[in-house]
Amino acid sequence: MLPAFALLLLFQCLGEGAVFLLGLPVPGPVAGMVLLFISLLLWPALQTRIETAANELLRHLSLLFVPAGVGIVAAAGSGNGHWLAIVASLIASTLLTLAVTALVLRRMKPEGEGDA
Amino acid sequence: MPDFAQLSPQLIHFWVYLSASPLLGLTITLCAYVLAQAIYARCNYSPLANPVAIAIALVSIALLASGMSYQRYFSGAQFVHFLLGPATVALAVPLARQLPRMRRALLPLSCALLTGCVTAIVSAVAVVLLLGGSGELARTVGPKSATTPIAMAVSERLAGVPALTAVLVIGTGIFGAVTARFLFNALKIESHAARGFALGVAAHGIGTARAFQVSAEMGAFAGLGMGLNGILTAVLAPWLVPMVMRLLG
Repeated sequence: MLPAFALLLLFQCLGEGAVFLLGLPVPGPVAGMVLLFISLLLWPALQTRIETAANELLRHLSLLFVPAGVGIVAAAGSGNGHWLAIVASLIASTLLTLAVTALVLRRMKPEGEGDA
Repeated sequence: MPDFAQLSPQLIHFWVYLSASPLLGLTITLCAYVLAQAIYARCNYSPLANPVAIAIALVSIALLASGMSYQRYFSGAQFVHFLLGPATVALAVPLARQLPRMRRALLPLSCALLTGCVTAIVSAVAVVLLLGGSGELARTVGPKSATTPIAMAVSERLAGVPALTAVLVIGTGIFGAVTARFLFNALKIESHAARGFALGVAAHGIGTARAFQVSAEMGAFAGLGMGLNGILTAVLAPWLVPMVMRLLG
């Protein structure tokens, strides 16, 4: 568990480093995810070593959004009175994106039995 | 037994001590989450009882009731917040496990990602402009389907309001996680892979968290959608948003 967690942190550091050095437009952890993904392909044995810890962390992914979410509730109230436009945009755009993405995926692979 | 008049200065002392240490913020966060999970389970894991939304509401009520400032709360909650970094890195693990399936579906996934990303940006900007929102608001809303740090960076680059973008990102995530099942059922989309991927593209991490609670497969595809859409939004939004704004006047 602990070596796996150390490994995750190490890859996060590597990601931050890559973003800093190459001036990438993505956050460090996302770059770290890509680097870990590549490493998992190169050394499949790594998978069994970090699988338990990674899955445990991801099982509680919801928890990790709570502190930022509370801050956002505390900061809400800006928006310059355009809440109708904001809320309408959020609702319409989210539903449309969900539908379009899923429909394109199904359309292009209609026969797969539950496959993507 | 000490009487109350004697106890209360001690209690105040204790409260001052407790609220100054990170312990309280951390305790509130974990307790609210455990309670939210219990409510979620009680509701048979209905997406309407989204645990992120419930936990946020519970903590907000606790802060309002106790008069604790967000800064003080966050001094404890930051330890939970910090784990978002390693958790994002950890998404590589289920991704690698699903790789053979992703390879077979490379073209459909790429097309779905591209259309989904463009839909998210264009529709958000267009609705704001059509309802009379300002250009600044349109630039703020554009990257809302990307994960928070990417969305805020894009908003800043577009001269939007990054703090408001963060609000919209969380709102998008919760709304997507709550409504996705009903929408997918109505559209008769059954595959967990397709449902997960769409959730990740449209509703980033909060959608992915919801997907992981349904199945590991759905979670893996959601993580893929979230990661890829974050990267693609960072690339596309800076020129797509101004383009839509020019088209709509």
